[in-house]
Amino acid sequence: MSFIKGKINSIQTLGTLDGPGIRFIAFLQGCNLRCGCCHNPETWESSGGEEITAEALVQNALKYREYFGSKGGITLSGGEPLMQAEFVKEVFSLCKQKGINTCLDTSGSIINDAVLEALEFTDFVLLDIKYTTDELYREYAGCGIEKPLKFLKILEERKIPYRIRQVIIPTLNDNEENIKALNDLTKNLEFLEKIELLPFKKLCKSKYEDLKIPFRFENISEPDKNIMKQLEERLAR
Amino acid sequence: MEHKNWNGFKSGAWKEEINVRDFIQLNYTEYKGEGDFLSGATERTNALMDKLNALFKLERQYGGVLDIDTATVSSLTSYSPGYIDEKNEIIVGLQTNRPLKRGVNPFGGMRMVRQACEAYGYKLSEKIEEEFRYRTTHNDGVFRAYTDEMRLARKSHVITGLPDAYGRGRIIGDYRRVALYGIDRLIEEKKKDKKALEGKDFDAENIRIGEEVSRQILFLGYMKEMAEMYGYDISEPAKNAREAIQWTYFAYLAAIKEQNGAAMSLGRVSTFFDIYIERDIKNGVLDETSAQEIIDDFVMKLRMARHLRTPEYNELFGGDPMWITEAVGGMGEDGRTLVTKSSFRILNTLYTLGSSPEPNLTVLWSNSLPEGFKKFCAKVSVDTDSIQYENDDVMRDIYGDDYAIACCVSAMKVGKQMQFFGARCNLAKLLLIAINGGYDTTSGIHIGPQMSVLDCEKLDYDEVMERIDIYLSWLCKLYVNTMNIIHYMHDKYAYEKSQMALHDTDVDRFMAFGIAGLSVVADSLSAIKFASVKPIKDENGYITEFNTEGDFPKFGNDDDRVDLIAKEMTHKMITELRKTPTYRNAIHTLSVLTITSNVMYGKNTAATPDGREAGAAFAPGANPMHNREEKGALASLNSVAKLSYDDCRDGISNTFSITPDTLGKTDEERAENLVAILDGYFLKRAHHININVLNRETLIEAYNDPEAYPNLTIRVSGYAVNFHKLSKEQQREVISRTFHEAI
Repeated sequence: MSFIKGKINSIQTLGTLDGPGIRFIAFLQGCNLRCGCCHNPETWESSGGEEITAEALVQNALKYREYFGSKGGITLSGGEPLMQAEFVKEVFSLCKQKGINTCLDTSGSIINDAVLEALEFTDFVLLDIKYTTDELYREYAGCGIEKPLKFLKILEERKIPYRIRQVIIPTLNDNEENIKALNDLTKNLEFLEKIELLPFKKLCKSKYEDLKIPFRFENISEPDKNIMKQLEERLAR
Repeated sequence: MEHKNWNGFKSGAWKEEINVRDFIQLNYTEYKGEGDFLSGATERTNALMDKLNALFKLERQYGGVLDIDTATVSSLTSYSPGYIDEKNEIIVGLQTNRPLKRGVNPFGGMRMVRQACEAYGYKLSEKIEEEFRYRTTHNDGVFRAYTDEMRLARKSHVITGLPDAYGRGRIIGDYRRVALYGIDRLIEEKKKDKKALEGKDFDAENIRIGEEVSRQILFLGYMKEMAEMYGYDISEPAKNAREAIQWTYFAYLAAIKEQNGAAMSLGRVSTFFDIYIERDIKNGVLDETSAQEIIDDFVMKLRMARHLRTPEYNELFGGDPMWITEAVGGMGEDGRTLVTKSSFRILNTLYTLGSSPEPNLTVLWSNSLPEGFKKFCAKVSVDTDSIQYENDDVMRDIYGDDYAIACCVSAMKVGKQMQFFGARCNLAKLLLIAINGGYDTTSGIHIGPQMSVLDCEKLDYDEVMERIDIYLSWLCKLYVNTMNIIHYMHDKYAYEKSQMALHDTDVDRFMAFGIAGLSVVADSLSAIKFASVKPIKDENGYITEFNTEGDFPKFGNDDDRVDLIAKEMTHKMITELRKTPTYRNAIHTLSVLTITSNVMYGKNTAATPDGREAGAAFAPGANPMHNREEKGALASLNSVAKLSYDDCRDGISNTFSITPDTLGKTDEERAENLVAILDGYFLKRAHHININVLNRETLIEAYNDPEAYPNLTIRVSGYAVNFHKLSKEQQREVISRTFHEAI
């Protein structure tokens, strides 16, 4: 089983924002969504990337275990890692054998048996709740809101701690109604560690140009620091 | 032996012999808590620091040198006492009679002194010119003995930065001895050592020792006189914390009045001081505020230490550094931590007095350090970019638990070991000389074994390595012999009387060699091995450029294919060096450290097979070349961690810059993550790291508007500098370095 192969786009050996503590991050290749604000468009197509066995990826991560301390570990991000749920499961189960903390960075838009199995070996989840309306989800992410909400429920049922993340995009969700809706959605959630609002950034623009993919949010500006602060203060938790 | 000033201290071997370590081990109090007990600066401290800051500002306005006494040769008693504000100073003593006024020290060499005076619009007095017309300086001696080949090696810059024109430095006197024993006891012990020579065969070495000890005794006497000029009698042991710090400072002051060595490091004093502070607090004569105040005053004095340097010197060692390195923390051999409250207090000066490059605060990091101290250090790093870290778990096995760091990364047992400093050779240039059969295209100098230029369509790895072996063997022999001359002459004409008086008479010596351009060479060899490197010849048939096609592994990505080439090069180098005997049987050591000279080394080196252009800066120390790291910060750290401390006992320097946002979201997270990074890196047996937590934009702003950032401190390579004190070229190089950044 450990010869299961996955496709990865790249490795970042020092991550501090994608999960607890110091993270070794593998960005998996391929995504089922096409979010306008995505900063990794190079991971969209499943055709690219480099093939690697779960075993080899975990061996690579183990070279950094001294840095993980008591909190850190591996994060699988993407792309959408759950496009390769079998691989995620294999990587995470090998990590658990080695005592390494596992974190999954996902849109929560893929739910199937393999995904549920992968969650068995997942210590922590970074879940995107991209918008609070089905309309915006369908227009700017490429799926309905029901999947991520179901994913949220699954995490609660399985008692997996998680963090919700949302990119704040001016004109789309930089408003109080959105935060209010987010507060409503997350009321009474037991395993939610915190909600993180991330400012939309245009640093990735050149990536789109290199890939010759149109950047949908080209004309949207980055949110003002004060607005970010105001919205954060409105968060109920 | 007993002394009333030792009341309250636990007895041991230290009373019968000179043994500061024993005194510390028996009497210090571990501290495992956090930094919440610390006091801020008092009004007095703030007022004094304001005066000092005004003086620093004035010094900047005067082009970096406030004043030079061109008529007095610097020595222990040659200046009348100087003060910043006599009645408000707790610790006294200045290098000259006025704050920031620089003395001249011609014993290393007259040319440097003359040029330095002229560079700042002064002229060395006729009186000193006349006096030194009848004296031999260290520099005179060296150049009398240098061979033609040694001169060519210098001129072609294959070996550079040698201490042949000024003091060699990198010697740490055990300044604590003066506080613990008083001068009289130290003289008495040295007299015994002199007496012990009786009956021995008086060969050159024993004659030399006899003369040296006599000179040490003479200078211990001068130390006493110097202190008397300030109204203190240091013949007896210090009786309280203030005296312990004052006595220690007088000893250090004597060293920097006598010597203008490149690095004049302090040693390991804070835990020693803590014993006196604890005793005073217990006796009810000192409180936390006053304890911090004494340390603050001491550190203020250290921040005022200056030597007069030439512009050429500044090109090598930018930023006017003294490397007043203080080793803080670490663990004891018995498993207790050597962290005390005073370890916190000395780091706290970066808050009470503001951030500063000096003293060069160096935390000896162990995985077993108390968590509270680890977190405090990390917080100070994030806030001030002013500390460096070195691996206590690696060094303690070799040097015990009372070693300190000279300069940036050179470990030695305090008072028992010293080193002969030897700058570094340019390994990237050596590679080019080797493939050109003994010709340096940059300087146009023929040097080393003369062979044909490698003649091939594509460079062959084995063939190039064969050539490197030949030229490395030649260079190492030349390097050791050059160093032998330098240190023979330094001992003869510029011997460190004060500092060596504070060492055991029977001292161990290291001879410290160095490498510049390691990552350039590793990447170049990797390119030759894994890609296709076509040499391009100029009209004279010498290879001056390369056409490199294809990808190749680069140092800094945790890829063994290239990382092990780097490791192998250091192993080859030290192995070759060991083949040539050293002056006074010093132990050969090797460092991978450049200070800021990586810029100058690069400037004097033609294009290299890794794609580096002619004249482009090298990466500093053991750093991977800038912006070639593709796998993130930890991969870069892992590559450097693979270099072996066994091969590089004089230290492996790594400078690490990370943006605050990449390190974590909140200050708390940043400190926590930095602790994890340091723990991990040192568990990998890495040796040293400078930590900068800052944004490139800040540096660019400071580059464009220096006045707005007078106190911006950054770690460069084994030391810290005020950014504005670097040359514009050095500043640009620092800005171009890799900043680990999350996108």
